[in-house]
Amino acid sequence: MSLMTFGIQLLNAFQYAMVLFLVASGLTLVFGILGYINLAHGAFYMLGAYLAYWIVAKTGSFALAMIGGTVIAFVLGVVLERTLVQRLYGRDHLMQVLLSFGLILVLDDARQILFGKDVHAVAPPAWLNGTIQLTDNLSYSVYRLAISAFCLVVAAVMFWVIARTRIGMMVRAGAENREMTRALGIGFDRLNRYVFAAGIALAALGGIVIAPISTVFPGMGDGMLILSFVVVVLGGIGSVGGAALGALLVGITDTFGKVFFPSISSILVYLLMAAVLVWRPSGLLGRGEI
Amino acid sequence: MSFRAPSLAQALLVVALVVALTLPLFASVYYLQFASKVLITGVLAMGLNLAVGQGGMVSLCHGAFFGVAGYILALASPGYDAAPLLTTLPLAVIGSAALAFLIGCFALRTRGVYFIMVTLAFGEMLFYLFHDSGIAGGSDGAFINARPEILIAGRQWFSLDKPLAFYFVMLALTVVVAGLLTMLARSPFGHALAAVRDNERRARSLGFPIFRIRLSAFVISGALAGLAGYFAAAQFGFVAPQMLSWHVSAAALVMVLIGGLRSVTGPLIGALVLTGLEEVLKAEFENWKLIEGLIVILLVIVLAGGLRQLGFLTTSAQREEVAPASGAGHA
Repeated sequence: MSLMTFGIQLLNAFQYAMVLFLVASGLTLVFGILGYINLAHGAFYMLGAYLAYWIVAKTGSFALAMIGGTVIAFVLGVVLERTLVQRLYGRDHLMQVLLSFGLILVLDDARQILFGKDVHAVAPPAWLNGTIQLTDNLSYSVYRLAISAFCLVVAAVMFWVIARTRIGMMVRAGAENREMTRALGIGFDRLNRYVFAAGIALAALGGIVIAPISTVFPGMGDGMLILSFVVVVLGGIGSVGGAALGALLVGITDTFGKVFFPSISSILVYLLMAAVLVWRPSGLLGRGEI
Repeated sequence: MSFRAPSLAQALLVVALVVALTLPLFASVYYLQFASKVLITGVLAMGLNLAVGQGGMVSLCHGAFFGVAGYILALASPGYDAAPLLTTLPLAVIGSAALAFLIGCFALRTRGVYFIMVTLAFGEMLFYLFHDSGIAGGSDGAFINARPEILIAGRQWFSLDKPLAFYFVMLALTVVVAGLLTMLARSPFGHALAAVRDNERRARSLGFPIFRIRLSAFVISGALAGLAGYFAAAQFGFVAPQMLSWHVSAAALVMVLIGGLRSVTGPLIGALVLTGLEEVLKAEFENWKLIEGLIVILLVIVLAGGLRQLGFLTTSAQREEVAPASGAGHA
């Protein structure tokens, strides 16, 4: 492997990791703040990709798809939180799992009714639809670079909001000790709603940005859900920094696993998870005993 | 010695058994096959409930145990001939149990929501392993051309090929599994398992080997899922990666929820309700999953609202208060 190919693989790993982080951070935020395990997270990722396809097909604008898809997902999140999810806070995880399962069945079929079950491709925005020529026969997609950059910006904004703003302070307090924060009189209802909706929106945004470089297909949510869970288990649940670390580990393991160990590449990330479980059952950046 | 009048639940159980035994007299082959399917999923759900209800381990990889056993039958079936029941069945069950042991060793290092996520991840790993690799047809699945049989000295003594024989084998199996699980729940092991579920710290300080108890229950539960998977594959004559999917585990969890978490035979009722519902919805609606999903959501919301146990019609091996619901992953 030449240095250049290695560099390309490294960029691929990073881009993959950033999208993983986008989706998994939504999952870990929702669990960390709300104590709610959202197995339907992958379904929103899939929905985001289909929304991107649909909006681009209707309007031809990818920017509109990014904004529109995220807003639709956010609104859907608010509605779901108000009507269903908030009833299960502090409840048995089993109930939360089964609510998610019901939601997945509904969302999958709703997708089928609205968009069909065909596999689609989405064109990236024209000004990013090129490649950078690296050597005579090696090039790199501009859009992939743009994804990495965009996700980095989103991540930076997220870290800034959590670390520097009043909402972020409440979020951190809630993740640290929910009961105590509630006892201090911080109104949780609205915060919960927006955190849940933001988590959903992050999943959908992940689906939207990935749509131009992957195909849009019905089962895409399941694979992403599982990988997000691996990321969260690796990093420690509720920790956004942990999600970033976990995503990088999964991205690197998966990308280079495909290059160096193609025969076992599909199970490599799970072996990584098993190893971390033996070493640190509560995740690399997780706190305390579980 | 005093005579105890049978409870309503016991009476209903007897009625159910009589109906099940006489079913072939008045039901067509279609309904016999449907009843067999209910019993198979019932065994899966009862087995899963040993882990979930008795052990407090919400597993999402039982679909994988279920599917792997089916795949073992498919791989052991020689071409167009029937596989020998007496060797392939133990092989499939042991295979699932071994897998449950392996996954349990890792997953049981975690609790609560981590356990859910880890079992989900390992289960889906197996799904993708069968889906992406060429094993038994990859994503297309593989046919099992003949149902397993018992062959002694070249003569066929028994075959699962006839729906009637298949049904009675399933019925016998269900009764045996239900009896076994009831005995297990009433045994010292069952009580220890419940103790670990209800208060791990106290159980630990009382000297219970927590990890070993949980792991044993998880392995038995996984073996029962394998048992169900073997017969499911035999009935459909087909295996596909979807058999291993976590949706299978989730559907079984819905059955457990319908039947009652603290009941041994309750999941059987759950299996009947959910399988029946699916059958009706499939026949009536194109987008039947949407309706099934809405019903599951409604069920969860209603049950979360206080009515925590619908399994009032079933025998409870352990009548006890349901432990207060809490975010167990949040210490």
